[in-house]
Amino acid sequence: METVSSTSAAAVEFRDVDIIFGKSREALAMLDAGATRSEIFDKTGSVLGAAGVNLTVRRGEICVLMGLSGSGKSTLLRAVNGLNKVSRGAVEVTHQGAAVDVASCSETALREVRTTGVAMVFQHFALLPWRTVRENVGFGLELRGVTTAERKRIVDEKLAMVGLAPWGDKYAHELSGGMQQRVGLARAFATDADILLMDEPFSALDPLIRDKLQDELLELQARLHKTIIFVSHDLDEAMKLGNTIAIMQDGRIVQAGTAEDILLRPSNDYVAEFVRHVNPLNVLRGHSVMTPVGALPREGNAVVLDAGGKVHLTLDAEGRPQGVLLDGRPGQLVVADGETGLAGTDPAACDVVVAPLDLKLRAAIALRQYSGSPVVLVDQLGRLAGLCGDEEIYRGLLRSDDMVAAQ
Amino acid sequence: MIDWLASNKIPLGRWLQYFIDYLTNHGQAFFDVVALVLGATIDGLTHLLMLVPALVLIALIAGLAWFMHRSAWLVVFVVLSLLLVANLGYWEATIETLSLVTCSTIVCILIGVPIGILAAHRPWLYIGIRPVLDLMQTIPTFVYLIPTLVLFGLGTVPGLISTVIFAIPAPIRLTHLGVSSVPKQLYEAGLAFGATRRQLLFKVELPHALPTIMAGVTQCIMLSLSMVVISALVGAGGLGKPVVRALNTVNISMGFEAGLAIVILAIVLDRLCKRPAPAKRK
Repeated sequence: METVSSTSAAAVEFRDVDIIFGKSREALAMLDAGATRSEIFDKTGSVLGAAGVNLTVRRGEICVLMGLSGSGKSTLLRAVNGLNKVSRGAVEVTHQGAAVDVASCSETALREVRTTGVAMVFQHFALLPWRTVRENVGFGLELRGVTTAERKRIVDEKLAMVGLAPWGDKYAHELSGGMQQRVGLARAFATDADILLMDEPFSALDPLIRDKLQDELLELQARLHKTIIFVSHDLDEAMKLGNTIAIMQDGRIVQAGTAEDILLRPSNDYVAEFVRHVNPLNVLRGHSVMTPVGALPREGNAVVLDAGGKVHLTLDAEGRPQGVLLDGRPGQLVVADGETGLAGTDPAACDVVVAPLDLKLRAAIALRQYSGSPVVLVDQLGRLAGLCGDEEIYRGLLRSDDMVAAQ
Repeated sequence: MIDWLASNKIPLGRWLQYFIDYLTNHGQAFFDVVALVLGATIDGLTHLLMLVPALVLIALIAGLAWFMHRSAWLVVFVVLSLLLVANLGYWEATIETLSLVTCSTIVCILIGVPIGILAAHRPWLYIGIRPVLDLMQTIPTFVYLIPTLVLFGLGTVPGLISTVIFAIPAPIRLTHLGVSSVPKQLYEAGLAFGATRRQLLFKVELPHALPTIMAGVTQCIMLSLSMVVISALVGAGGLGKPVVRALNTVNISMGFEAGLAIVILAIVLDRLCKRPAPAKRK
C-alpha cells in the first residue's frame, strides 16, 4: 500500500485498470475467470490491451513503460488522455490540484484535461503537414482558444527552448526527423501541461540523434520538472531516462522499480532476458557494487585501502574520512561530486577520491583510474560507507551473483 | 412461360410517372420557387458577366491565372484562346455556359461536400449512398432529363438540375475519400490536444482533405461542361445551343466552331482550377 504522503504527490494513478478492445463484458468475465490473452482472443475476438494495472506515477518523475511490442505499454499510456477507453478501473490524473478519473469523467472534463493538463508526443511526430512549424507548435493553444498575440509569444519561447527558433516558418517536411520531433516536443510543452505522454518519441530516429534528444529531454526536465510517462521498447533508453521503470508483458506490469532494482533483481525470465543486454555502466551505482564499511580491513581508527597495507584512510569520531596516509606520509584527499566526477584537479595532486554513495559505475571507473586508489564512498552525512576498487568494479560489470547476494 | 412474363408486365415506368405526377400536383409551388431562384441566379450571373466588356473580362481572367499560377505561358494561352472564342462569335454563348457551369458547380459543392463529410464519418451512410451515386453516373442522362423537364419547365433550370445530378457524385466521392483518409495519428494529435468535433473537422480533417476535395471540384466542372450539349436540348442557352442546331441542320462548320469553344473553355477552366504549384504547399 502507498503511504498517504506519496499518494498526495501522485500525478497519475492507475487503479485496477483493464483495457479491452472489442466486446468488453464477455472478455472481462473471462479475464476474471483467469483466462489468458490468447484464450480471450480465440473465444471472443476481443484483444486484451491491459489487465490489472496498478501504478502510481509521482509528480516530477519520468516513468518509463517498457516492454516488447504488443505488451500493452502504448495502450496504457493512451488511457491517460482517453485515446484508449478504459474498460474497467480508474485512471486518476491530477489536474489543478484535484484528481480527475479520465476513465469515467465527462466529455468536458476530459477535454479540459487534454487542453491544459496532459500533452502528448507521438512516435511518428504527427505534425500537421499543411501548417508551418510555428503553427504546429501553437496547435494546442489554438484549440484552447488562446489569442494570437499570446500564442505567438508562447510559440516563440518554446521554439527557442528546443533550438528551432530560425525554423519557425518552414513546413514540417522540410525538417529532418530529429528536428520534426523537436517540433513535437515544443508543441507538447507549449500547452504548459504538467503531464507529458511520450509514445516512443525517439524510436523513429537514428541512434545518434536519439541519444542527443534523450540528453536534451533530460536537460529540459531538470529545468521544467514535468511528470513524464514515456513508452519505450529499448531498456537502455528506459534506464537512461526513467526514475522508475515499469516492465510490461502481455498487458500486465511484471515489475516496477528503479533501473538498478530491475537490473539487479529481475522478477522473472522475461525481465531477465531484457536486462541481459543492458550496459551496467550507466545504471549501477556505488552502493550496489561497493564492499561495505563493515567488511573493510582496519588498523586502529584507519581503514586499509590497498592490498599491500600501505594506504590508510583515517576517520574522525563520526566515521567521516579525515585524511589519507601513504606509507605514513600524508596524501591528498579529494572530494568528487556524484554526476560529473572530478573537475580541474591535477591527477598528481590526488591520491584518494571521496565520492557520494550513488556514484554511477561509469564515474567510479573514471575516478578509480584517475587516483590510482579505490574510490571511497560516503553517505549523505559524509560518513564512510564503503569502498569501490577494481574488484568491485569487475564484479559490477559481470553482475555476478555474489554481488547481488551482498545487497 | 415467356409469353406470360411479357403479358404480365410490371408497370415500373408507370409507377415512376405516377410519382412524378404526384410531385407536380402537390409540389409544384416548391419546384417553381426552385426554378425561379436558380433561373434568376444563372441569368443574373450571365448579365453581370456580360456587363463587363469582353476584352476587360479576358484581361481579368488572365490576371487571375497569373495570380494563381505565376506562369506567363498559361497567361498567354488563356488570352489567345479566349480571343479566338470571341473571334469565332461565341463570346456571349461562352459566358452563358460559364455561368451555367459555375452555378451547377456551386450547387454541387454546397450539397456534395457536406454529404461527403457525413459519409466519411458514418461508414453505413456511404455504403447506402454508393449505389445511388453509381446510378446517377451510369443512368443515361436523357432519362432523367424528361422528369426534370416536367418538374421545372423548359429552360436553363432543368439543364442545371440534370447537370448537378450527373456531376455531384464526383465531389461526394472525393470529399469522402479525402476526409476518410486522414491519417489516424493526425486525428489523434487533434484529440490529444483537446479538439472538439468541430475543431477536428475544420482544423484537421478538412485541411488534410482539401487537395482531394479540390480535385473533386475540378472534376465536377469538367463533368458539368460535358453536359452543356444535353442541357441545350431542354432549352438552356450557351455553347450547347449552336451544337444542337448544327446537328439538326448538318452544319459541319458551325458544329466544329462551337465544339472548339467548349473545348477551349474546358481547358482554360481546368488549367485555372488545377492545384497551385506544389512549391507553395506540398
